[in-house]
Amino acid sequence: MSANPLEVRNVTMRFGGLKALADFSLTMAPGELVGLIGPNGAGKTTAFNAITGVYEPTEGEVLVDGVEVNGLKPHQICVKGVARTFQNIRLFKQLTALDNVRIACHAGCKAGFLDTLYQTAHHDEEEERILARAEEYLQVMGLMHRRDEISRNLPYGEQRRLEIARALATGPKVLCLDEPAAGMNSAEKVELMQLIRSIRDRFGIAILVIEHDMKLVMGVSERLIVLDHGVTIARGKPEDIRKDPKVIEAYLGDAYLEEKHMAVPAGGGEGR
Amino acid sequence: MRPWPVVKSFLPFVIGAPLFWALGEVVPSAWNLILITVFVNIVLAVSLNVVNGFTGQFSLGHAGFMAVGAYTASKITLSFADVQLGFLPVAWSDHVIFALALLAAMTTAALAGLLVGLPSLRLRGDYLAIVTLGFGEIIRSIIENSKPLGQATGLSGLPQRTNMTWVGLCALATIVMARRLATSTQGRALFAIRDDEVAAEAMGVDTTGYKVRAFVISAAYAGLGGALVAHAIMLCTPKMFTFVRSIEVVVLIVLGGLGSITGSVVAAIVLTIGLELLREFQSFRMVSYAILLIALMLTRPQGLFGTHELWDLPFIKRFSRTAARAKEAP
Repeated sequence: MSANPLEVRNVTMRFGGLKALADFSLTMAPGELVGLIGPNGAGKTTAFNAITGVYEPTEGEVLVDGVEVNGLKPHQICVKGVARTFQNIRLFKQLTALDNVRIACHAGCKAGFLDTLYQTAHHDEEEERILARAEEYLQVMGLMHRRDEISRNLPYGEQRRLEIARALATGPKVLCLDEPAAGMNSAEKVELMQLIRSIRDRFGIAILVIEHDMKLVMGVSERLIVLDHGVTIARGKPEDIRKDPKVIEAYLGDAYLEEKHMAVPAGGGEGR
Repeated sequence: MRPWPVVKSFLPFVIGAPLFWALGEVVPSAWNLILITVFVNIVLAVSLNVVNGFTGQFSLGHAGFMAVGAYTASKITLSFADVQLGFLPVAWSDHVIFALALLAAMTTAALAGLLVGLPSLRLRGDYLAIVTLGFGEIIRSIIENSKPLGQATGLSGLPQRTNMTWVGLCALATIVMARRLATSTQGRALFAIRDDEVAAEAMGVDTTGYKVRAFVISAAYAGLGGALVAHAIMLCTPKMFTFVRSIEVVVLIVLGGLGSITGSVVAAIVLTIGLELLREFQSFRMVSYAILLIALMLTRPQGLFGTHELWDLPFIKRFSRTAARAKEAP
């Protein structure tokens, strides 16, 4: 039996006295599309940062393909197979779209500094391989016509797509998308979600999406995890999550529940 | 290994060597030292650009690495001044020893770069600038207090080995190194660090490792520049490698455009020759230099070339693409 591409076991993140993430667990099977939702400040991005190595978890462990990656640097975790995008776009702004994607192919490059300085045949072959690979991912994300454009000059939606192309080019087993639809209009959002699905189908990778737009994330994900104040308050199928009183309370407040004559869940108000 | 890449690797030098030799023959002797200074400044500017321009780290320690290289090479040429390699004619033997001295200069400077780079490249921006600045001063005070290195009077009576061919080839080597780096996956990793370090790390770039490597390469070529200077003026003193020298190189690359090899080369040529031409107006020399700098920074804050390169021009691109296709054809 092969290991799951991503397994997060009871991860807790503490910053001084603040518990940003408590006892967070998650197992992702290959090709699974999981949504991570929650109100602002719920700890979603913290969870991402703990998985991708930006932070080292205070407690618990993260396993990629069955191998523990705690304490590894982000670039090492990336090589192990976790790629991510950022909430506020972080492209290499002065470089072309092509170069942005080519950098992501960097980790697999076997030609070293000396190959580069002497321009060995090995260097040429590797460069050709990287170029072909980068162009393939630009093609997949429909950005081939922007190949030689400086990434900072691309329209917003294309910048988002370029960031996904770049993350894909690292050859991940798990792709973490941090609010990929932020700042898009609803038509663009629908298009993006279809794209995310097609990526999953085409590459067979597991995708973890943080998203604010409930309608959208419910439509696309097979499974949802809801965070509030660092605590996992619900997990399961989208249709169950929609009815979960704890989730409604977290999003809409307990006044809403009382109005609807529903019971306030026990412990739901902790940490307020 | 297929023959073409080997040829390609050294082609610039095979073509360059006779050209630089011819240049040395036709240039009037009054201009000889000026042109040598131009080439040395190209070595220094382009190599500093690898750290400050490509990687976006602000180093102010170039003079320190120059000193390391200059003293290493000087010590070697001084101790082998009377040695003749038996199987070679005298003139050739001297130049072989000089070549080894230059290699040694690059090696020690690279080691110094590694020593400074490993701990300090965890710092960013101003802090790195301060550490590298401090390093340069430390090197200088070590030399000023070390008997074998001649203390404040330095080493004199060095053989004059630096000629047009040597500086030309070294400048070419630096440019070729920088260009090959810039068009490779390693160079792109450096650019990525400059643009967004967090994203670069997340995309699998070992940011600390690459910063150290860029720093080491840059230091090696700074050492080469230092060794060339010492053997051009036959003198090696701590005063040649003060903080002001580092600043001069920074001025060159900022003016030319951080990240542009072409910019560094043009700035090195224009400023070095410009300063020389202004020599006639002694008292106005530095004043006009300062005004020129201020004017340039006001009108083109990104430097003369920004991050653009000569070979990015459309017609040159087209030419090189045709050449590449012609190469593949047979």
